[in-house]
Amino acid sequence: MRRYLSVAGGLAWRLLHSLLTNPLLFLPPMLMPLFFFTAFAGGLSAVSNVPGFNYSPGYTSFIFAFVLCQSAAFGGVFSGFSIAADFQFGFGRRLLLATPHRSALILGYGIVAAIRAAITITVVSLVALVVGLNIGGSGLDVFGMYALAAIINVTGLLFAAGVALRFRSLQSTPLMQVPVFLFLFLAPVYVPRQLLGGWVHAVAPFNPFTHVMETVRDLIAGTGTEYLATLGIISGLLALTFVFAITGLRRAETAG
Amino acid sequence: MEAATVDAPLAPRRDHPSIWVQAPELARRSIMRTVRQPAAVIPATLFPLILLAINSVGLKSATSLPGFPTNSYITFSLAFAFIQAGVFAVIGTGQNLAEDNQGGFFNRLQLTPIHPAALVAGQLAGTLALGLFQAATYISVGLLAGAHIEAGLPGALVMIALAICICLAFGSIGLAIGMRVDAPEKVQSLFPLIFVFLFLSSMSLPRNLIQTDWFRTVATYNPVSYMVEGLRSLLITGWDPEALALGFGCALGILAIGLYFAATGLRERMART
Repeated sequence: MRRYLSVAGGLAWRLLHSLLTNPLLFLPPMLMPLFFFTAFAGGLSAVSNVPGFNYSPGYTSFIFAFVLCQSAAFGGVFSGFSIAADFQFGFGRRLLLATPHRSALILGYGIVAAIRAAITITVVSLVALVVGLNIGGSGLDVFGMYALAAIINVTGLLFAAGVALRFRSLQSTPLMQVPVFLFLFLAPVYVPRQLLGGWVHAVAPFNPFTHVMETVRDLIAGTGTEYLATLGIISGLLALTFVFAITGLRRAETAG
Repeated sequence: MEAATVDAPLAPRRDHPSIWVQAPELARRSIMRTVRQPAAVIPATLFPLILLAINSVGLKSATSLPGFPTNSYITFSLAFAFIQAGVFAVIGTGQNLAEDNQGGFFNRLQLTPIHPAALVAGQLAGTLALGLFQAATYISVGLLAGAHIEAGLPGALVMIALAICICLAFGSIGLAIGMRVDAPEKVQSLFPLIFVFLFLSSMSLPRNLIQTDWFRTVATYNPVSYMVEGLRSLLITGWDPEALALGFGCALGILAIGLYFAATGLRERMART
């Protein structure tokens, strides 16, 4: 166990070091959720005047739920980029040779994904609080909100890891980003689900991010929430992505 | 020693091809390079369409806001697809140039009597071709999806002209960046920063409906707002000379600035080698 954690920790330290010493790799992904938050909360606040839009904490809080999910998910996805880069340039193969329990590698990348998301979410949360995020929920609600974000982060990482370990090339990065981006935007991002029109209204109920976003909004507002149902849905997705990542790892091992 | 006293034969006079010969050659290379990169062309064209499809239904309820200029959000948001294509023009042009720098193509070109203007014009030809393809695609898909062009067919042609100017304007920014970096990844990392200019504009709502004061102020000073509004005027209002003049003016102004910085970057690069 100690060796397992040592491998994960060593890999995480290496990745963190390269991220912190290269701001061009670290800053743009961190700034992206902030840009979305600024653009949507600032530019679209008039949408809260649309008939049927009833969200008492306000539009800034409404959009914060989306940005929280985005920060968490992309914190994981961007670590998938690191996996793809390591395998493309041969470092991943050397890691496979040197590691007895190879799932420790995924844990190592996961630690970085969590730290990355934690930094982004902290920055976004502070900015949101400054510009008018109203939290009506209790401390437990806030904890539940960030716990959901943590699960999304792990899910995002496992999905991206599954893709990266199958393709082992940076060319696969759109395959990591685009599906997550689509899942996020096929949820009620700008308006509540009942105000969505057309085909997005039809597909939104089947999108796990819809339930997460709605639950986060309920937690922010401090109103009744279907937390356990959402936890069940997101845990199911987590289990699926876990299998996807582990089978990806087996493929990478087979490829040598 | 005798040979040394023999007059060297006169070197044949070398006729350098004119800029009009050089530029089309480089333009052909740039266009072929764009065509041969489906991995760059397809996302650059599809991504704005995906966002259009999502936003046109996600924000449809915004049309019920008092003062919203149309009851069709897809008509309203179609203009933004053209601007997003412009962002991909920055990345595409800059990345191609950075690859040329990295691969030594630039250094080899400098050994030839290439005219700097031909080099710049040639590099933008691929951007122009992609811009034309994207503009035609967005108008076709928009019309099929229910958007309408108030200014009719002549308006669609003016939209294509403005869209090309916008692509060239953004492409010239990519050119200016590409002249100064040596790795394509560095151009890629600028993507979120360029996206800021898009977000902080009147892309999602008309400026008069933006409630947040600072955001409305930033959007008013942001030239992207005027390019979006120029395109949007043809879709929603019909013929609005002021909006069109501002749209074309901003695009051509950015193009001029971008070309200036690309030219100075080129001069510095020439001086270095």
